[in-house]
This record gives sequence, structure tokens and C-alpha cells, in this order.
Amino acid sequence: MALLEVKNLGIAFGGLRALKDVHITLDTGEIVGLIGPNGAGKTTVFNLLTDVYVPTEGTILLDGTSIVGKRTYEITQNGIARTFQNIRLFKYLSVIDNVKIAMNGQATYNMFQAAFRTPKYWKEERKMDEKAMDLLSVFGLEGHAQTRAGNLPYGQQRKLEIARALATNPKMLLLDEPAAGMNPTETMELMETIKLIRDRFKVSILLIEHDMSFVMGICERIIVLDYGMIIAAGTPEEVRNDPKVIAAYLGGEA
Amino acid sequence: MEGKMKKKLVSYAVNAALVLAIYVVLSVLINSGAVNRYYAGIVKLIFINIMLAVSLNLVTGILGQLVLGHAGFMAVGAYTAALITLHSGLPTTGPASILTLLIAILAGAALSAVIGFLIGVPALRLKGDYLAIITLGFGEIIRVIILNLPFTGGALGLRGIPGLTTFNVVFFLSVLTVYFIYAYLTSRHGRAVLSIREDEIAAEAAGINTTRYKMIAFVMAAFFAGLAGGLYAHYIGVIAPAKFDFNYSVEMLVMVVLGGMGSITGSVVAAVVLTILPEALRSFADYRMLLYAVVLILMMLFRPGGLLGRAELSIVGFGRWLKKKFTGNKNGEKPAETGEV
Repeated sequence: MALLEVKNLGIAFGGLRALKDVHITLDTGEIVGLIGPNGAGKTTVFNLLTDVYVPTEGTILLDGTSIVGKRTYEITQNGIARTFQNIRLFKYLSVIDNVKIAMNGQATYNMFQAAFRTPKYWKEERKMDEKAMDLLSVFGLEGHAQTRAGNLPYGQQRKLEIARALATNPKMLLLDEPAAGMNPTETMELMETIKLIRDRFKVSILLIEHDMSFVMGICERIIVLDYGMIIAAGTPEEVRNDPKVIAAYLGGEA
Repeated sequence: MEGKMKKKLVSYAVNAALVLAIYVVLSVLINSGAVNRYYAGIVKLIFINIMLAVSLNLVTGILGQLVLGHAGFMAVGAYTAALITLHSGLPTTGPASILTLLIAILAGAALSAVIGFLIGVPALRLKGDYLAIITLGFGEIIRVIILNLPFTGGALGLRGIPGLTTFNVVFFLSVLTVYFIYAYLTSRHGRAVLSIREDEIAAEAAGINTTRYKMIAFVMAAFFAGLAGGLYAHYIGVIAPAKFDFNYSVEMLVMVVLGGMGSITGSVVAAVVLTILPEALRSFADYRMLLYAVVLILMMLFRPGGLLGRAELSIVGFGRWLKKKFTGNKNGEKPAETGEV
């Protein structure tokens, strides 16, 4: 059974059908790219998967159970974590706190145990600290643990956002333009990091990206959206040579 | 990471010692008669205002939601507690009176928390200006209801409330309030509340149940405002609805903003300064409120983030800073960690 099964997904904003008949399946450990021209509906797919919008039609099954209508935080707790196209960090908080906030559900001490600083509080806080530092070191951020997140350079902010998403123990990561604004060296590094986290954390990754060398280099399958519909899907090789895809990107008759 | 716990415990011990020292100095001054009753009264008022400012800071500075009805919660606590001591027949003299006071103010705080919950259900769906207006409305509704209830004394209010709020009670309850909110803030729950202030959408995406944590912060703030209200009633002896109007809510907000939104120690400092300032300016008679306003305007012009911004005062941090200053940082001291008291 696939980890994620999206069937007939669609949403209409008033009269505008932003997405129609979207089918996506994702197996454990897969890296799949979602591409398409601007306004094709890529981020809308992410927003439907995380309940920012409620779909007007279709089903979303995660591990065989429907997640349509669940609140965003419940979906995250169920195993879908995401990053945002325009970085959304907790800017005034420290880097390590950004990660620890995402681990909130993994600690069990209650408000009174926190108020009286019981051994359970110290033990769980220490465990969270250790896990957070582990995660930060995957992204080379361990030296910045106490830095204010908003003061990190752009590329590191993107990495921190991925670290925060991973801290929720997801089964599946949604990355919205992870390489945006990175230079070619950083992009290469990021490709390695994404493969590494897939292998190390056993997550499937669905990513949106405009950088074609990045997408072609990392994704095992690619789904192409245009005007809210899937126009092609397959291996990078198949998609690259699909006349419909070429037409969508360059214009012309398909 | 063991070191972190040790460092924290040292810091707690230093702060506890400081609190104890303040307690000893103040109680000696008051009990020996070195300060007169008027000043002793102001000291109590300072601690009541600290509770109000810190609890309001929890929603406004830390949760990041503008709330303008804090005086309403205080009124609920004040009236409930006063009615209990006036009509319950519990002893109001002798050593048992402290129990009476505690029962009364805890009941007031609990009712205030319940009302906070009821108001929070519709109000917390809104944010920013909208939330400010709706809480302003609720604050006024509470005041008008109290004005018209058959047992609250109407516009004259309640009189002859026994003066049970001793310095000891007000001091330790205010310290407990500040400690509890600080401890909350430095736990997973507090971090969740902070994340809502920073970015609500990202907080949800990080698995935080934002509705729940907003509600907890809001109810906690109402609880402590109610507690402060009960203490206030038993300090001043006379309460009337007019005291708990919109202006009083704004006064508390001024303390929070002046101290620094999100800084607990900032709220404490601002509560002290803004309680003393109007009293200290009494000799200027008519110009008093004018000067008060000028101080606020200057403050906002030159330090718009408030006295402390989002930082916290820290004795241990200050010590580290001094050490660095005098030893020229020879032993490779780490930079002071932020957000620690």
C-alpha cells in the first residue's frame, strides 16, 4: 500500500477551478518532484495536503486513512510535515527553540511538572535538546543553536526550516521550493542533504522546485501540473521529452 | 547538557536569594515603621500591579494578542473575593483570616478563569485589532453587569471589605505569579505559545494545536488578573465598578508596552516605575498627569521596544557580563544566553 494516495483531488475558489483530477501516489522512501509553470497549482496541492484549504472533491489517504478535514496540526502529528515557499521561521526565537517547538508532541510533561521543575521536566528537556542538536548537525547548524533564527543567512534559514519539519518525526516531507535563492554550490549541497535525510529518517519527499537541474538530479519521479491538471508524470527522462511539458513551459502547440 | 541544568539551578538559587533579600529589606522597613502606612500601601499596590502587568504580558507580549479588557477580569476577581469575605461568615480577624483571604481570592481567580474561557471561545478566533475591540467590549460588559447585579452594590460598589491583604501575602503571591509564568514560558508549553506569536501558520505546521495553547494562555492571564483583583479588593477596602473601566485596562497595557512586550522582567520593572511615578509626581499637583504622559511619550520615542524589549534581566547574566568586563574575557566565557532569568 502506498504511503500517500491522492485521488481525484480538486478545489474550486468560487468559479475558478484551481485544481482538477489530481492523482498522486507516493511510496515510502520515494523522492517525487512536482513541477509546472507559475500559477499551475503546485503550492495549492501542498495546501490541500496540510488542510490550509479544504478540497472540494477527492480523497487524500495517508497510510490508508483519510486526512481530509483534519486540522493542520493533526495532519502534522499524523506524519506530513512541510516547509514554505516564503520561509516561515520563528524569527525572534533561537535556532534550537525553532526545532524544539516542533517536538512539542514528543514530550509528555504537563504544566505542573514544568512549574515545579520535576525530574521528568529535566529529563525530557535534555532529550529534546540532544535530539534537536542531532538534527541541527545534519544541516551543519549545530554551531548556531543559540543564534536568533532571523539572523541566519538565507540558505541556512531554508535548512533550518527543513530541520524543523523533520523534528516532527514525519513519514513524509513536503518541500516548497527548497533551493529557491540558493547559489549552485548550495543547491548541490542541498541535493546531497535531501538524499541523506531520505535514507537516514526513512521519509518520502514530495518537492516543488523550479531549478530543473535540481529536480532532474534528485527526483525519481516527476509530476507536471499545468492549469490545475496533471499533464505528465513519469521518470525525469520521460517527462523531459514529453511534448506537452515542453509546450507548457515554452508555449506552442502540444 | 548536564551542565545546562546545573547552570539553571545556580541561576534559580541566585534569583531566589535576591527575592528573599528584597523580602527581608521591605518587611523590616514596613514592620519597624521606618516607612509610613502611605508608603507601605504603595508597596502593596506595586506588587498587585506586577501581577496584573505580568499576566497581561502573557497574552499581549508572549502570545502576541492585543487584549483590552484585563480590568474586567480583575473586577470579577475583586468582587467575587470581596463578596465571599463579606458574606460567607468566615473569620476575618486573627490568624485564620489569612485562610479566608486565600479561599476568597482563589475563588475569585477561578471564576475569572472560567469567564476568561467563556470569552476566549469566541474572541480568540480573531486577532490583532479585532481581538482588541472584542475584549474591550467584553471588559465593559463585565463592568456593566457588575453595576446592575442586585448584590454588588451598584455604582457605589462594596464597602468595608476587611483589609486582609498583608505585605507577606501580596509579596509571595506576586513572586509566585511571576515564577509560574516564567516557568511556563521556559517549558514546551511556553515555547508553543511563543511560536504562535512568531507565526501562527508555521506553528500549526509544526504540530502545535494553536487554539488550545491560545486558550491556555488567555485563561491563565484571566486567572492571575482575578487573583490580583481579589488582593486589590482586600487592600483598598472599597471597590466600585468605575475603577475597573477601560482606562484601567489601558493603564495595564501601558505597563506591558513600556516594560517591553514579551519581557517578564520588563513588566515587573515597568509596574514598579509606573506605580511610583504618579505618586512621586504628586508635588507637581496639576502637572502630574502631564508629566506622566510626557515620560511615556519620550519613552516611546527613544525606546519604542520598551525598557527591555524582548530581553530579560538576569542576575547571573549580569554577573557573567561583569566578569567578562573585568577579566577581559580571558577564560573564554560563552556569550550570554538570551531569554534566561
